[in-house]
Amino acid sequence: MSAVDLSAAERADLNGENGPLRQFAMSLVVRAAEIWRAPCLIKAGFAHIDACHFNGQAHLDFARMLACGNVRFPIPVWTNTLPVSLLQNDGRADSDPDFVSGAREVAEIYRKLGCRPVWTCAPYQLPGGPGFGDQIIGSESNAVAFYNSVVGARTQKYGDFLDVCCALTGRVPCAGLHRDDGRRGQVEFDLTGLSDALLRHEETCPLIGHIMGERAGSSIPVLRGLPGDTPQDNLKAMAAAAGASGGVAMFHAIGVTPEAPDAEAAYQGGTPEQVHRIIADDLTVAKSSLSTVTSGQLDMVALGTPHFSIHEFRRLAQAIEGQRIHADLRFYVSTARFVADAARAEGLLDPIERAGVEILTDTCTYFSPAVRACRGRVMTNSAKWAFYAPGMLPVKVCFAGLEDCVASAIRGEITLTNRA
Amino acid sequence: MQLLGKGNVLNPGKAQGALLVLEDALSFWGGFDPQTGRILDDHHPQKGASIRGRVLAMPHSKGSAGTPAGMAESIRKGVGPVAILLRKADVNVTIGAMVAARLYDLHIPVLQVPDPLFAQLVTGQVIAIDPSGHISALDGGTSVIGL
Repeated sequence: MSAVDLSAAERADLNGENGPLRQFAMSLVVRAAEIWRAPCLIKAGFAHIDACHFNGQAHLDFARMLACGNVRFPIPVWTNTLPVSLLQNDGRADSDPDFVSGAREVAEIYRKLGCRPVWTCAPYQLPGGPGFGDQIIGSESNAVAFYNSVVGARTQKYGDFLDVCCALTGRVPCAGLHRDDGRRGQVEFDLTGLSDALLRHEETCPLIGHIMGERAGSSIPVLRGLPGDTPQDNLKAMAAAAGASGGVAMFHAIGVTPEAPDAEAAYQGGTPEQVHRIIADDLTVAKSSLSTVTSGQLDMVALGTPHFSIHEFRRLAQAIEGQRIHADLRFYVSTARFVADAARAEGLLDPIERAGVEILTDTCTYFSPAVRACRGRVMTNSAKWAFYAPGMLPVKVCFAGLEDCVASAIRGEITLTNRA
Repeated sequence: MQLLGKGNVLNPGKAQGALLVLEDALSFWGGFDPQTGRILDDHHPQKGASIRGRVLAMPHSKGSAGTPAGMAESIRKGVGPVAILLRKADVNVTIGAMVAARLYDLHIPVLQVPDPLFAQLVTGQVIAIDPSGHISALDGGTSVIGL
């Protein structure tokens, strides 16, 4: 394996001069650097960790090891979603009490270690996060893609435990998306054949994200033809879809994302290895592959994957105000507690909750025990939810925009009127 | 015992067991049954095969932030492989094995194996791996891990 050039401080960590946990953490960071052929390590100034997401004893044992070691993070560390909510009591009949208590213990340990307990998969919607050019540690796939693509912060996709080890040492391998040459656009998706109305339709960005993930795998896509004023919520949905159907950790959109003012910049002077021309039929195919059902009685609506933004709350409040969802179904919106507080302060939650919608914080509908009992037909505006949920929950899914989800929830039946 | 070759050690360990050579990458996060070790992924060509106690040879892992945790958990519960041979070095699998070694003192060797050697690996063949990465063929024997 390639040798990694370490500074005196990094070598001191690796030699155990700062305790056995720093030594262990640095040994994992260095091993990752060797595998990625990084010549050296670089400093990172922010982390968003996924290891707080309990899914078995190993997560708990790792967190307890940190708690016993009395470690402190030298950089700000924010936390990803949890498999349970800490605010809502989601102890339904089918939620295993050991699972809920394990998840809560892991969360509590990371909070006590000094992490900022934001419990969100969309940390970029909160103030005070990283900015353009910052070297950071990301883990959750949609956040990695959003930070790299839309914010212009730089991160590889760090799996559980390595995210924490990088945060403990404040170091990342100088490799991949941390480097200029690792951020060059590779595969073009030409959207110039789509109408302006279609490009601005809410469903289009997540569908393009889904197609990008399927076709680009883990290479870096470049979108040509996306409108310059494409809303951040649409870019969020796109990043999430591309990270789910493929391994896309970064994309460029010419004239939209900060490292792609023009094609020259996106390709760093080079040319695409491949060009995919996207036509309206491609979107239709993607949409039908994300919907296992398109009619019939509706059992649940799931919005907020990734976590709902304040703008999405404004849209939902406007669409649902003065109405009431059908009594036979559940309507969940997942969000961060910070965003929920902001929405409440703005008076947006009253009309939404009066309509019968439940706000779920800290977690996501597709793994929370609050929703495990969910069966039947579910509507979502998230291509990521539609991609994962049928494999994880006993549900049939219909992917559609927010307004169709609301109209269907009121009727109690899947109703698709606002199609692109 | 016949020496087949040497792999690049990503996580050191000593093991022996029957090979399971996977044609496609396997996800350690949802790709197999965490109770039995059987491959569940509908899209995997070897769905139904068990990774439990096997020396798992695969091209690389399928990425997910949960991969290292899924890997460490499978080692803890004894439903995972006794060793992993990768064609392409993989950070997630390596980190999962390093964390399991630290937490549970269970040392699953993870090796990156050169293409010509990887091509010789056949499902069912019993092989032994030593901590410095030597891979040998055995005539028989059962699956064992541990330094």
